Parts: sequence; C-alpha cells; structure tokens
Amino acid sequence: MTSALAPQKPERPNRPTDSEEDRPPTAGLGDIGRRYLDQVRAGELGALPAVAGLVVLCVFFSLLRPVFLSNLNFANLLTQSAGSIAIAMGLVFVLLLGEIDLSAGYASGVCAAVLAILLTNHGWPWYGAVAAAMLTGAVIGLLIGTLVAKVGIPSFVVTLAAFLGFQGVVLILLKEGTNVSVKDPTILAIANDNLSPVLGWVLLAGCAVGYAVLQLRRSRDRLGRGLAGTPVALLAVRTGAVVVLGGAAVYLLNQERSRNVIVSSLKGVPIVVPVIGALLLLGTFTLQRTGFGLHIYAVGGSAEAARRAGISVAFIRTSAFVICSCLAAVGGIIAASRGNSVDPNTGGSNVLLLAVGSAVIGGTSLFGGRGRVVDAVLGGLVVAVIQNGMGLMGYSSGVKYAVTGSVLLVAAGVDAMSRRRSAQR
Amino acid sequence: MTETPTLELRGIDKSFGPVQVLHDIALSAHAGEVTALVGDNGAGKSTLVKCIGGIHPIDAGDYLFDGRPVHVHSPRDAAALGVEIVYQDLALCDNLDIVQNMFLGREKRRGLVLDDSTMEEMAAATLRGLSVRTVKSLRQKVSSLSGGQRQTVAIAKAVLWNSKLVVLDEPTAALGVAQTAQVLELVRRLADNGLAVVLISHNMNDVFAVSDRIAALHLGRMAAQVKASEVTHAQVVELITSGRSGDLGPRTTPNGAAV
Ligand SMILES: Nc1ncnc2c1ncn2[C@@H]1O[C@H](COP(=O)(O)OP(=O)(O)OP(=O)(O)O)[C@@H](O)[C@H]1O
Ligand SMILES: [Mg+2]
Repeated sequence: MTSALAPQKPERPNRPTDSEEDRPPTAGLGDIGRRYLDQVRAGELGALPAVAGLVVLCVFFSLLRPVFLSNLNFANLLTQSAGSIAIAMGLVFVLLLGEIDLSAGYASGVCAAVLAILLTNHGWPWYGAVAAAMLTGAVIGLLIGTLVAKVGIPSFVVTLAAFLGFQGVVLILLKEGTNVSVKDPTILAIANDNLSPVLGWVLLAGCAVGYAVLQLRRSRDRLGRGLAGTPVALLAVRTGAVVVLGGAAVYLLNQERSRNVIVSSLKGVPIVVPVIGALLLLGTFTLQRTGFGLHIYAVGGSAEAARRAGISVAFIRTSAFVICSCLAAVGGIIAASRGNSVDPNTGGSNVLLLAVGSAVIGGTSLFGGRGRVVDAVLGGLVVAVIQNGMGLMGYSSGVKYAVTGSVLLVAAGVDAMSRRRSAQR
Repeated sequence: MTETPTLELRGIDKSFGPVQVLHDIALSAHAGEVTALVGDNGAGKSTLVKCIGGIHPIDAGDYLFDGRPVHVHSPRDAAALGVEIVYQDLALCDNLDIVQNMFLGREKRRGLVLDDSTMEEMAAATLRGLSVRTVKSLRQKVSSLSGGQRQTVAIAKAVLWNSKLVVLDEPTAALGVAQTAQVLELVRRLADNGLAVVLISHNMNDVFAVSDRIAALHLGRMAAQVKASEVTHAQVVELITSGRSGDLGPRTTPNGAAV
C-alpha cells in the first residue's frame, strides 16, 4: 500500500539500509520512567491522582478508624461502590465524546423497576427479566443518542429532560411509590453472595496468567517486527503488581467476616467483583483495541477531523449513549440486588452525581477525548472510600456530600488545568 | 502536453445558496508536476479544493480523473480514486498519536482487533520514504508536536495510501523559515516520486521554488494557468490582483470569452 512513494523500488522502501537513528529505540525501564514524567509534565496525568488519592485516603482512615481495614468493611466497600461504578463506566463513553448524560441515574432506576416488576409481579425467570432490563437501557440510549446526534439538541438539555422524565416513569411503573421487593435468588446473589475461596484464587490465577501471556505476546510481536516493544522487566513488574495486589485482596476477602460464624459463614470474593471486572475488561478492550473505540476517541478529539476521515460521527455518538444506558441498566440491576428491592429512589438522589464524580476523579476529562474505563473503577473506589470512611468517623450525610463535592471540584480543576497545559504547546 | 492529466476539471460552478463562489473553473494537474494554485483571500481556492475532495458537491462541470469522467460525492469517493487532501486546518485529532491519525478511518485490522504493529510499520516506512527524521516517536500524541511536525504528519497521511493526486491547502502558512523549507522540499519530493501535486500558497517565493505550473484564481474565475518558467513574479501578482496581465488572462470582454 505504500508504493506511491517509491515506484522505483517497490519491494520495500529503504528497508535494508537502516541507519543507527532509524532503528527503534529498545527502551529500558529508565526511558519509560522518563517518558512517563514527560507525559505528566505535558498534562497527561493518567491514573496517578486517583491512585495516589486512594492510597492517602486509605492510610488516613485506617489510622483514625482501624475498623476501616476490617475484612467486613473491605467487602462492604466493594459492594457499596459496584452499582455506581457500572454507571460511571458507561458515562466514560459519553464523556469521551465531550457530551454528558444526566439521565443515567434515573435510567438505571427505570431498568431496575422493569427488572423487579417482571420478576416479582409477573414471575419472569431472572434471565428474561435481566434481558428486558438491558433492552430497556438500550432503547433509552438509542432515544437519547438519536436526539443528540441526528436532531442536534445539546446532550445537556436532552438528558436533563430525560432526568425529569425518567423520574416520572419510575413513579408510574412503581404505582406512585410502592416498593417492589426482589426475591429471585440469582439476582440477590449478585450483590449479596460470594465466590467460594477456591474459586477466588482460581479466577485470580487465570487473570494473572492471561494478562502476562497477552502482554508478552504483544511485546514479542512488536520486537519481531523491529518496533519498540515494552521491555520484559516492565512486563514482569506489571504482572507482579497484578499478582500482589490481587492476591492481597483475594486473601483478605477469603477471611471469615461473619460476626457470628455459627449462624452463617461469610467469606469469599463478592460476586459483584468479577462482574465489574468483566465489564472493565470488555470496556477496555472495546476502547483500546477496536476501531470503534478509536473512533470514539477521534470524535471526542475533533469531530470535524473524524468526519473528513470518513467516520460516521452520528453513529459513534448514538452508540456511546446506547452503551452508557446499557451500563446504567447493569448498575440498576446491581442496585436492585443490593437493596433487595426497587423503590422510587433507586438510581435517584446522588447516584448520578457520584457516578459522574467517579469518572472525573478517576481522570476522565469533561472536555472529551481523554479517559479510560478503569478511571470509573479507580474514581468509584475513591468516592466509596470517602463515603465509607467518613461514615465510620461519624460524620453526617451533609458533611460527606460536601467533601465528595469538593473532591469532584478539585478533580475537575485538575482536568481543566491539564487541558490548558497541553493547549499551550 | 500530450499525456492525459491526472486531474482535469472543466467548467466547474459552485454556489453557496445565492452566492456563486466558483465560475466556470478549468484546472489540470499532471503526474510528476507541482501545480500551484494562487489567488487572493476569498478567491475560492479552499472551496475548489473541497470540491475536489468531495466535501462540497459541484453544481456543474466535468471532473475527469486519469481522463475518465467521475462523480465524487464524499471524501470516501475521492479517497477511492487516489485523491488525498491536506486541508488548510489540517484536521488532525490532537488526542491521538501519529500512527492513529495517519490511519484514521482506514485502520488495519486483524479480525476485530486493530493491527497496531502493521500500522506503525507502514507509518514508519512512509515517514522514512519522505526522509522525515524530526519526530521522536510515532506513538507521540499529535498535541505534543510543533506546527511543522503536524504539517508533516498531515502530508504523510496523504501519501500513505496509493494516492495519485495530493492537494495541499496552504501547507506552509503557519511555519517558520526552516520548517517551510522542509515542507516545500517534501512537496517537491512527492512530485518527483510521480504524484500529481496541487499546492496552494500565498507566498510567491514558495510558488516559484517548487511549482511547474501556476494557476491563478481571481474572484472565483480561473484567470490563467501557465508554466512557471514562462512568467515572472510580477505577472503572477498582477494575475492575482487584477485577474489579467498583458497577454495572460481573459481579454476584457464582458461576456467572458477567454483567449
Ligand atoms: N460553506 C460556505 N458557505 C458560504 N460561503 C462560503 C462557504 N465556504 C466559502 N464561502 C465563501 O466562498 C468564498 C471563497 O472562500 P475560500 O475559502 O474558498 O477562499 P480562499 O481562496 O481559500 O481564501 P484564503 O486564501 O483566505 O484561504 C468566500 O467569499 C467565502 O465567504
Ligand atoms: Mg483557503
């Protein structure tokens, strides 16, 4: 395909005469560290602030309230944050385009209501009800996406209207505010049951091996073609980190955390953890490795450039809203499972704001073009740690909200500043 | 010239609503040559380029490519013919890296997954073919590049494909002296490699430095298309500002009969 440049020697332009400077630099760990510092200086902070914040907060709370580090609280933290993290993952797709979805919280409420009503009032099997809830999410996303991408109404307005509208839909579905309880054991298991300890270890081992093999294969392929590959040392460090952190988490979660072992035993990795893990893998794969994901970044970076490159901008926009609402549906299902019921407040009050906050605190830009699915997880954990830790310290909800709001503002400020920084070059 | 031009436009009209921007334009571009397209601000150069690139549909006239009449309705149609355009405003995504920008919309895939390694290899080979050595890493974000480097990426993007015609809209407008020289050298090399090149520029020195032919637009009409070796700076400037110069340009007939 590159023949246009070298019609005289079409075999392979300039290949054998590579001079020293043409050869790809085989980067050492030092180079990689330096490149990362360059990035940070250029305003590309990545996951750094969220991870640092998470560590600081955890140390802070465990010093002040040792119960923060207890096995029970650790597991609680994960199940508490899961629903909001799922919604935040969906918001990442929309935020990447520089759009916003204010209705994601109540969309999750509508989907949860559909799930509960079908399960409890109509006796549907769990898979049928889950499929219906997901379909509801997809239809909601299609509607919003079409209004934004085809009709051209700003997403802020469309989703603000939907925010109000869905609040009403939940009330209508739940017959003016009755509480529909969920009794299906499979749905309840999602947020309330745990994997057996052995399964936890097996899953971790599978993830670690899979991660290492994929990374190694990719690096081999690149080195084999004479491109700069990731050095093996860094791969080892990364895999080691996965094993150590994951291992510590699985070990802690596999400890007995029941207050009364005779009544019931409570140990193992909560089932929501692999659920969120699977969504994280799927979302990351979509954004980082597929053409569709690349086009989402492209539209978020410059819609005009994407259009001239022949990308269908309207399709990309609509799909992002569909993905967002589908993940909101997942968040709604998790919330229904955790609450054992659905009421008009499911997906309401602060759910949306915490989800947007999670994505932004994790490092996803509000201006579009920058962000990853893992941001939602990291940011969601930061938010959960703040809420949980301050709760343990006995602060009122008012103080918790004020602090979470301030953290969101700081994160948005960092985002705005790093954007200015990279625009100055 | 006896050979068929790569691009030949005849009688192109283009209006935006009630405003006619292009009147009866004729333009040809030959393989192995740089054709400079000059004209004052608002003469219609960028509009003509967008018609060539399929961004704007033409109202009337013939679009011939390699001697065959073709219809170009979208950027994809133009790309399929082998027409690549480097727009005045570059149209790069700042948040993507060099390779991703060069392949945007035409990514290489292996099944479902992007084939990053192959794309990086091809991008590296193309940049090497253009003797570009100023970029540190192909995995650099475009936002971290200088103006000249961005221009280089945009040009490399255009020649990455089996293109036959490359149109550059004011590629040196925002560049310093050294970088302008580099880009002009690059433009010349494209033509020497057998491509037809159309270069838009306001700088007469640049135009005379690299072009074989000069086409001057005046108020949406083609004043003249001449060989660069047969005219002087002053004549071209006159064509640009008044639409005619001595024997060149349409005779002063109100009904527009050209020489
Ligand atoms: N999309 C559009 N709608 C209406 N008018 C337009 C549009 N695009 C261009 N024009 C008009 O067409 C005329 C020619 O514009 P064009 O951008 O082609 O000029 P140009 O020769 O490229 O100028 P410059 O040297 O400043 O780049 C201008 O009067 C402009 O206002
Ligand atoms: Mg122009």
